[in-house]
Amino acid sequence: MDLARTEVTPRARKKSRRGDAARFGLMALPVAFFGVFFAYPVAAIVARGLKVDGVWQFGRIWDVLAQSDIRHVLWFTTWQALASTALTLLIALPGAYVFARFDFRGKQVLRAVVTVPFVLPTVVVGTAFLALVGRGGLLDELWGVRLDTTVWAILLAHVFFNYAVVVRTVGGLWSQLDPRQEEAARMLGASRLAAWRKVTLPALSPAVAAAALMVFLFTFTSFGVVQILGGPTFSTLEVEIYRQTSEIFDLSTAAVLTIIQFVAVGAILAVHARTVRRRETALRLVSPEVTARRPRGVGQWALLAGVLASIAVLLVLPLGVLVQRSLDAPDFGYYRALTSDDSGIFLVAPIEAIGNSLQYALAATAIAVLIGGLAAAALTLRAGRLVRGFDALLMLPLGVSAVTVGFGFLIALDEPPLNLRSSWILVPLAQALVGVPFVVRTMLPVLRAVDGRLREAAAVLGASPWRVWREVDLPMVRRALLVAAGFAFAVSLGEFGATVFIARPDNPTLPVAVARLLGRAGDLNYGQAMALSTILMVVCAVSLLLLERVRTDRTGEF
Amino acid sequence: MSKKRTITAVVVGLGLVTLSACGSSGSGSSDADSKTVTLVSHDSFTYSKDVLSAFEKESGYTVKVLKDGDAGQAVNKAILTKDNPQGDVFFGVDNTLLSRALDNGLFQSYEAKGSDLILPEYRVDEDKHRVTPIDSGDICVNYDKAYFSEHKLTPPQSFDDLIKPEYKNLLVTENASTSSPGLGFLLGTAAKYGDDGWQDYWTKLKANGVKVVDGWEQAYNEEFSGSAGGKKAKADRPLVVSYASSPPAEVIYADPKPTTAPTGVATGTCFRQVEYAGLLSNAKNTKGGEALIDFLITKQFQDDMPLNMFVYPVVEGAKVPAEFTEFGPQAKDPETMAPAKIADNRDQWVKSWTSLVLK
Repeated sequence: MDLARTEVTPRARKKSRRGDAARFGLMALPVAFFGVFFAYPVAAIVARGLKVDGVWQFGRIWDVLAQSDIRHVLWFTTWQALASTALTLLIALPGAYVFARFDFRGKQVLRAVVTVPFVLPTVVVGTAFLALVGRGGLLDELWGVRLDTTVWAILLAHVFFNYAVVVRTVGGLWSQLDPRQEEAARMLGASRLAAWRKVTLPALSPAVAAAALMVFLFTFTSFGVVQILGGPTFSTLEVEIYRQTSEIFDLSTAAVLTIIQFVAVGAILAVHARTVRRRETALRLVSPEVTARRPRGVGQWALLAGVLASIAVLLVLPLGVLVQRSLDAPDFGYYRALTSDDSGIFLVAPIEAIGNSLQYALAATAIAVLIGGLAAAALTLRAGRLVRGFDALLMLPLGVSAVTVGFGFLIALDEPPLNLRSSWILVPLAQALVGVPFVVRTMLPVLRAVDGRLREAAAVLGASPWRVWREVDLPMVRRALLVAAGFAFAVSLGEFGATVFIARPDNPTLPVAVARLLGRAGDLNYGQAMALSTILMVVCAVSLLLLERVRTDRTGEF
Repeated sequence: MSKKRTITAVVVGLGLVTLSACGSSGSGSSDADSKTVTLVSHDSFTYSKDVLSAFEKESGYTVKVLKDGDAGQAVNKAILTKDNPQGDVFFGVDNTLLSRALDNGLFQSYEAKGSDLILPEYRVDEDKHRVTPIDSGDICVNYDKAYFSEHKLTPPQSFDDLIKPEYKNLLVTENASTSSPGLGFLLGTAAKYGDDGWQDYWTKLKANGVKVVDGWEQAYNEEFSGSAGGKKAKADRPLVVSYASSPPAEVIYADPKPTTAPTGVATGTCFRQVEYAGLLSNAKNTKGGEALIDFLITKQFQDDMPLNMFVYPVVEGAKVPAEFTEFGPQAKDPETMAPAKIADNRDQWVKSWTSLVLK
């Protein structure tokens, strides 16, 4: 049930005006947050590149587009994202089915495990992934196949990262589709395939489309994977923005590329917003516990085995390599080394990075939940065009280069009253930007599912909008709120791109510490990097596992 | 009911965290405090705590260190923020990027006390004194000793050796457009073979199977068979472009420490990098910044530096650690190039190199 779909009577219209006020009130803080910490810094860095003596140089756009190198980057960015999305769907959709329909031992743990890659920093994953497809990796040992300099390495790594997006988005909905509808169709004489095509597929396709678009967005803006596995020959728009800004220092080219990416991401999000809306059409949903059952027959067991095998090879194996390498010294030597500050790299024992990371991630989670929660509440009240635009706006940080945001922070937030440049809060703020979209996407479907009549009843009885939210919505979305917070936490924990720009030297986060350790020669440094990565992985896995326990509603997108 | 209260408390708590976070951030900007001096540097800047606190005690200044990304990033960020700099002193601009910093007016003049002790080969910008050399390091091809003894092959010694057929498919290097050792190696060949000759050299190097990866981490930890990481990754390239100080690092960061380094340096393939520090143009604490630059070239700091940053000191009489001389002797006659020449040619060379080697 959704307020947006109730009939608007004259009385309701009057009430909706009061709703408008409430909505704008709720939106004020998120809008201010995104204005100050996203739009303004990004605009500042783009202006720095494109404005000469106060005049915008939009002609630069055509100059840049005229370069064959840049056109090559655009072409590669697009086709690898399409290919990655297709491959991810191909491999992950059977997984989504298995997680949705089958009941088997260790399912909860496995669901958490497949989500770990999604929140791990790419510095860590790149290293692990090379062990799978690189020389001496499993593929090499079994069949003499090495993919480390081919585009296949990039595509497979994208599957590794985004598997969970498909399993969670599609699987979440699938598990709640009533299987009896399909059974009914078969009773009426439809073949198995026809029943699936006529009944399940239409119900599922908006979720598949939404998942595909998210994967496309993540792979279109892929940075770490392409930088590490692509070597110098493959470059996405995001990598090129990084090179132009950070290495070549050609800010005007970087600004043009940022605008191009911005437009592309905006378009993807607009399409995404449409599919999400279509997805909200009424479906008969049932509890996932009812739909899942033990596999029956050879076919189902084979499917389960196949999916488990693909997860083992593509997801668990690279993670396992990290663990194995971290243990490659007698008596947990690398872990013990983490507690000493001898290395001189950090001035503190590397183990303290864990504490730093947790503190930053907690602060980022608090901010993301506050901002994302308010935004989701605002979006629930009524879906006008403005609100839909706002919905898409909240997703934009996922598609804008971290280096752009980082440089923007640097030049935009350096004066009172916003002199935050040397403040610790900058790190959680940057991390929260990435966390908010997850909070919104998790909360929104649940909030929308709250029966609008309850709110109306409360309002009629004289409750203020705040009280309505607190008394009606909040108790119902408590769990979703926890899940959202957990996700924001895990994402913040693994955030690297923006953090590395602003993290303070004396309190590095886990991913930053890993990157710095990998940047030095010597066995102990390498081993400690692996040990820290393993710890990061375990922390992520544990928080995701806790989420699985509190999670009941699976309509959220992540 | 109690659950509801918990949630309310959580929500209120979150609000408070955010508020207090915003509040405390205001006090973070104590730049104007004349007793604090801020050093902006790159991620590799490291030092011993007691050496720095000795300086703090002596001078009365508190030193704040801001590490700002890798070398190139740190310079670019310093340039972007030069009107309202993040600190007073910048350390870590090397000869490959020096001109970019100077042309953008990043530094103001200051002749450091004790600069007469700086070895002559490191001095630049002597009329204006905008920067002071602090350390130097050589970018050289490293080799995996085990590989060459197993294959009864002499390790290469010079640039010329690298294009010989016996070393086919053995070398891995970094992308010159994104990696500082990669750029150093390119500049080394340009210094050796001249503006015209280097392209020809690289054509031969490519024909001899040189592999290019994006960054030092991949090259050294994933591709180079001699490094600790490479051994675990079953790497298969016994030659890598790295630093002259990498072999000592392989010894120092090993447990138990081996009696000899597993890797060696091809001393005829080196390019010398020098790192400089300077007083930032709009520094808020000029006096403190000057004292800090003086400190960076004292014997105390110069002696401490090598084992922290794996670089060589630049002042007369500073000690080079025994591990360095034993496991990675400094190249006698490294290639080098004037910063102005690098500035004039860098972008064009990198562009030609990219289309020559990567495409």
